[in-house]
Amino acid sequence: MELVNKWPKYYKQDVVTHYCPGCGHGIVHRIVAELLEEMDLGKQAYLVCPAGCAVLAYRYLDFDIIESAHGRGTAIATGAKRANPKLFVISYQGDGDLSAIGTAETIHSANRGENICVVFINNAVYGMTGGQMAPTSLIGQNTMTTPTGRNPEVDGYPLHITDVVAQFPGVTYAERVSVGTPAGIRKTKKAIRNAFQTQVDGLGYSIVEVLSPCPTNWKMDPVTSCKWIEEEMVKEYKPGLLTDKREERRKEKG
Amino acid sequence: MSKKDKVFTVKVRRDFCKGCGLCIEFCQKEVLGASAKLNSMGYNPAEPVKPEACVGCMICTQVCPDLAIEVYSG
Ligand SMILES: Cc1ncc(C[n+]2csc(CCOP(=O)(O)OP(=O)(O)O)c2C)c(N)n1
Ligand code: SF4
Ligand code: SF4
Ligand code: SF4
Ligand SMILES: [Mg+2]
Repeated sequence: MELVNKWPKYYKQDVVTHYCPGCGHGIVHRIVAELLEEMDLGKQAYLVCPAGCAVLAYRYLDFDIIESAHGRGTAIATGAKRANPKLFVISYQGDGDLSAIGTAETIHSANRGENICVVFINNAVYGMTGGQMAPTSLIGQNTMTTPTGRNPEVDGYPLHITDVVAQFPGVTYAERVSVGTPAGIRKTKKAIRNAFQTQVDGLGYSIVEVLSPCPTNWKMDPVTSCKWIEEEMVKEYKPGLLTDKREERRKEKG
Repeated sequence: MSKKDKVFTVKVRRDFCKGCGLCIEFCQKEVLGASAKLNSMGYNPAEPVKPEACVGCMICTQVCPDLAIEVYSG
């Protein structure tokens, strides 16, 4: 008997993550590890981890990882990539991290067209700190800080930060995907592969937004959480390609 | 041997499973169910209930957030 799904080389053997049952972070961690192996990028990989539930990713993933202050991931990623362009630099960030406290870094790194990849986990809450409203929370969504539902008159509207940066000339590749279904998970891997290849080819900034379950703070079981993504979250955040300027960039580079 | 005749065996690493149920939900062949017995972490892990129905589609391993499933061929 032969094992079909070999253990990913860049995922520490037999660790048990601190993630709650059914948390999307685990799925995306595995995808990142698999891609680094498949694309032979593990040795030069440099992952910037956020403040958020993924803060402990270094305990699970087995390559160079640095910890960022809350929201500053793409500033660190910028410095690392500019100082050593041989590094393969990924900034892994949650929605609170990337689209609330880190908005300035997100906007400006994207606008500068840094040659980095951003993996953006949108679970529509501040997961780590107990499920407070994030800029991405849906209208009407019950969170710790919006117990009667997000009210746009008081709380504003869901922030489509990936759609915003996709408009920038410096952003080469932007896609939104979901890990709420097996097909969505396969698309997520494909999108992150495209993002990774964009950096390998020196074509500039790429970002993949992943709609991802947080069953604990959504107060739903994992299966219901996946349904909620597919039935509710995708209405606000439609999955799909948001920009793909890879061919233009290639021509510019000549 | 054609792919169709291939035999696949799914195993759940009991003590690494958090009982999230995603593999049980998404396996189209209803191979997996929840164990009545708790594992060392206190979860009801997934376990094969219809092992002979496994077609090796690998959906369970794709949806598992905890790398708790192994699929063997042959
Ligand atoms: C400067 C600073 N302010 C606040 C915090 C507290 N804090 C830690 S994680 C977090 C929110 C994380 O939410 P998100 O980025 O969506 O990640 P998730 O846990 O949902 O994956 C906050 C507010 C902090 N660590 N540092
Ligand atoms: S709180 Fe949410 S995001 Fe954090 S580990 Fe639990 S399910 Fe995942
Ligand atoms: S490989 Fe496919 S058929 Fe077999 S248990 Fe997993 S999901 Fe079910
Ligand atoms: S998906 Fe993984 S963690 Fe969840 S029940 Fe199945 S084997 Fe266990
Ligand atoms: Mg979040």
